[in-house]
Amino acid sequence: MKSGILKRLSLSVFGAVLAGSVFTGAAMSGELIVYTAVEPEELAGFAKAFEAKNPDIKIKWVRDSTGIMTAKLLAEGKNTKADIVWGLAATSLLLLKDAGILEPYAPKGVEKLNPLFVDGDKPPSWVGQRAWIASVCVNTAEAKAKNLPIPKSWADLTKPVYKGYIVMPNPASSGTGYLDVSSWIQMWGEEKAWKFMDGLHQNIGIYTHSGSKPCKMAGKGEFPIGVSFAYKGAQLKAKGAPVLTIAPSEGVGWELESFGLVKGAKNAAAAKKLADWSVTKETNVIYNEAYAVVAYPGVAKPVKFFPPDIGKKMIKNDFLWAAKNRKRILAEWTKRYDGKSAPKKK
Amino acid sequence: MSAPDISGATGLEPPGSKALRRLRALKAESWIMLAGILAIFAALLAFLALPLYALLKKSVEDDKGEFVGLINFQEYFSSAGLVNSISNSLTIAFLTMIISCTLAFTFAYGLTRTCMPFKRMFRAIATIPILAPSLLPAISLVYLFGNQGVIKGLLFGESIYGPIGIMIAMVFYIFPHVMMIMVTALSTTDARLYEAADALGTRPMRVFFTITIPGAIYGIVSAAVVAFTLTITDFGVPKVIGGQYNVLATDIYKQVVGQQNFSMGAVVGLVLLIPAAFSFMIDRHVQKKQVALLSARAVPFHPKPHKLRDAGLLAFCILMSVFLIGILGMAAFASLATFWPYDLSLSLVHYDFDKVDPNGWSSFYNSLKMAGFTAVIGVTIIFLGAYMVEKGQNFPKLRGLFHMLAIVPMAVPGLVLGLAYVFFFSRPENPLSVFYSTMAILVVCTIVHFYTVSHLTMLTALKQIDKEFESVSSSLKVPFYRTMFRVHVPICLPAISEVMMYLFVNAMTTVSAVVFLYSPDTKLAAITVLNLDDVGDTAEAAAMSMVIVATSITVRVAHGLLMRGLNARHSAWRE
Repeated sequence: MKSGILKRLSLSVFGAVLAGSVFTGAAMSGELIVYTAVEPEELAGFAKAFEAKNPDIKIKWVRDSTGIMTAKLLAEGKNTKADIVWGLAATSLLLLKDAGILEPYAPKGVEKLNPLFVDGDKPPSWVGQRAWIASVCVNTAEAKAKNLPIPKSWADLTKPVYKGYIVMPNPASSGTGYLDVSSWIQMWGEEKAWKFMDGLHQNIGIYTHSGSKPCKMAGKGEFPIGVSFAYKGAQLKAKGAPVLTIAPSEGVGWELESFGLVKGAKNAAAAKKLADWSVTKETNVIYNEAYAVVAYPGVAKPVKFFPPDIGKKMIKNDFLWAAKNRKRILAEWTKRYDGKSAPKKK
Repeated sequence: MSAPDISGATGLEPPGSKALRRLRALKAESWIMLAGILAIFAALLAFLALPLYALLKKSVEDDKGEFVGLINFQEYFSSAGLVNSISNSLTIAFLTMIISCTLAFTFAYGLTRTCMPFKRMFRAIATIPILAPSLLPAISLVYLFGNQGVIKGLLFGESIYGPIGIMIAMVFYIFPHVMMIMVTALSTTDARLYEAADALGTRPMRVFFTITIPGAIYGIVSAAVVAFTLTITDFGVPKVIGGQYNVLATDIYKQVVGQQNFSMGAVVGLVLLIPAAFSFMIDRHVQKKQVALLSARAVPFHPKPHKLRDAGLLAFCILMSVFLIGILGMAAFASLATFWPYDLSLSLVHYDFDKVDPNGWSSFYNSLKMAGFTAVIGVTIIFLGAYMVEKGQNFPKLRGLFHMLAIVPMAVPGLVLGLAYVFFFSRPENPLSVFYSTMAILVVCTIVHFYTVSHLTMLTALKQIDKEFESVSSSLKVPFYRTMFRVHVPICLPAISEVMMYLFVNAMTTVSAVVFLYSPDTKLAAITVLNLDDVGDTAEAAAMSMVIVATSITVRVAHGLLMRGLNARHSAWRE
């Protein structure tokens, strides 16, 4: 009964029709319905770049956090209105593949991508686009004012000095939150990882809905330390926020933003065009504007304000494991930390 | 004038023929009346009763739609986290009720029972919160009392993220509703009681507790009920500032949007419906009693100057106004500060919504459209409905039933109504499912959600019109609809304008009723505020809230000007 909250995600026809029909934007020809978890401020740029090459297609974004997009797609099942799922965690796409929602398709030129970024099946059900990497955003001005040492490792974050100063995304709604939890368990094993999270929980101010919010809060000094991802920290720094982006020494979790075509999509032709466009070298150059690790080899240039050694710290990530254990881990996490604590006193 | 009665001639009356005969006896215009009542009645049935039934049904089904009895409820009550939310919700609602009622009573006392200056201004200030979505005070509190908050010292180290934040934001949000009821309660008093007390040399304290409080007690109970219901059912405030403090309203959202667990969402919805329906019944009961309170011989009360009292209440009203304006002002400043808290130069960067959200400004235009439709269509239906209840000649039972149904929406929290709509309209076998994920369903849901208050306002206006009009026009053989258009509509214009403004402003600010129902094409501004806050774009969320506030203010000013014009034109008639 304890898994009550995280009860089996509904795959029923009813649930599917129900949630699916939320988006009966009725795909007229030329309108491509894209489900995504990409940061909202990037979406307009991607649509513009793609539509410039494909003027007959108009992208309609349906955007939410990774966890919510995943739950939505699983609930909608084969009746989803999405033509393509684009920019969602590979772990989530593995779940969708298992549920039989994805249509295998080899985009033109996919063979040029780093094979580690692409589903092993031929043709692949999902194709990775770029990696987003866990990082800790630290507000240097606030740290100085509050006399906080700059944390160097995950273990540092459990020190009592940081009590109430840390924010982290809720892994049930945020893909970034889940990749953190999954990476800790993969690095340290269940027992040690949960013990670490118990300690971290003592220092958490609040858990947020999305993965970018902790870093934005750190940027404003609302909470000086935000467990988030590298791109957000670098972007805020570039905008002038006193944010230092840190890759903890034990290693950092990461995820692949990936896409997969939807079986029985109304606008399959346009979806394929987006898939083909997404693996080109040109598009990978766009990916690289914000993300340091992209699927097309040789494209990536270092991104300003990223932690310099972050590539070396990326853990050996087992997506299959992360996907298989997702439901169990989230149920356990929710039971332990969601709503059980009063807000921390400063 | 009646149609020839032939049924009696056969001598063999089939059962129910009495009713048939009565129907045949109707005039043509009565048929129109019947058709009208039936149409509106059917609409309320389809858009209120049936969706609620669908919600009830869903709560006893599993994910596949099979009947499973009370298993979902069992699961709910065995989950410690979820049950915890019930006590959290009740605690918050109870404390907010006490605090807001105390503040609102004092404020209203100042407005009605003292000779302090600036009463009109204070009254206008007190209604500010109505113009904003409930997310606004929560966002504003983060800037005021958050860890970078300008006056966070006032919290003595307590965190604003949690029960304290929820309560402060709630007191702001519900203040006008509670205050207005208190003003009404304190205005209807009989000055003769005070004169008698004065003549007997009763001490002021005693007067207060034996005359003032008992005289206003029904209003106070009513205000308390409204405060409790609004607090327990609001979703925006705890979502933004609740932190880890879970309440029923956020649980529904988490279950439905976060887990896509619709059955459990239905269960939480029903749990939330219980306190709301319960307090609604208390309110109905109290209101019935209140009617006989004022006798025809009552003398209106006029406060006499009293230096100490007047100064004290003036100070209180100033403080309260500072609180209300401060919250709004903080949100305005937050939306304009270039990069809080490091670069406080003012700029409009945060108003460039298209940069941070794919639905940015278009969601605002959607809101305008939705609010416009809601106001125009809503006022038409509500006027016709109220007209038939109040001025209809036949079918008293049907009219009574319709009136009862029209009162129900007040007891249904927006979140629950919205969820019920999801269950009812998404079923493909339902012919009404064509509405699903359209603008129309948002309009319908919003009209139903705010039906009761509008209906009652309209009813009051119609009651003031003499029944003579109907009898005169009927004897002149003028059909009722012509009289309605020529007499009732013009006389009711102030009420019509009032209801339109009420519907428009509420449609602009509501989140709870529509959060499950919008589609990418019909996303609304208030939803965008929620999404922006979710991803941490707090300044942009504040900016969008300010756009909503500005729109509401514009509409209210337009309403004020219209009223002034109308009053000038109709003053001759009113005298």
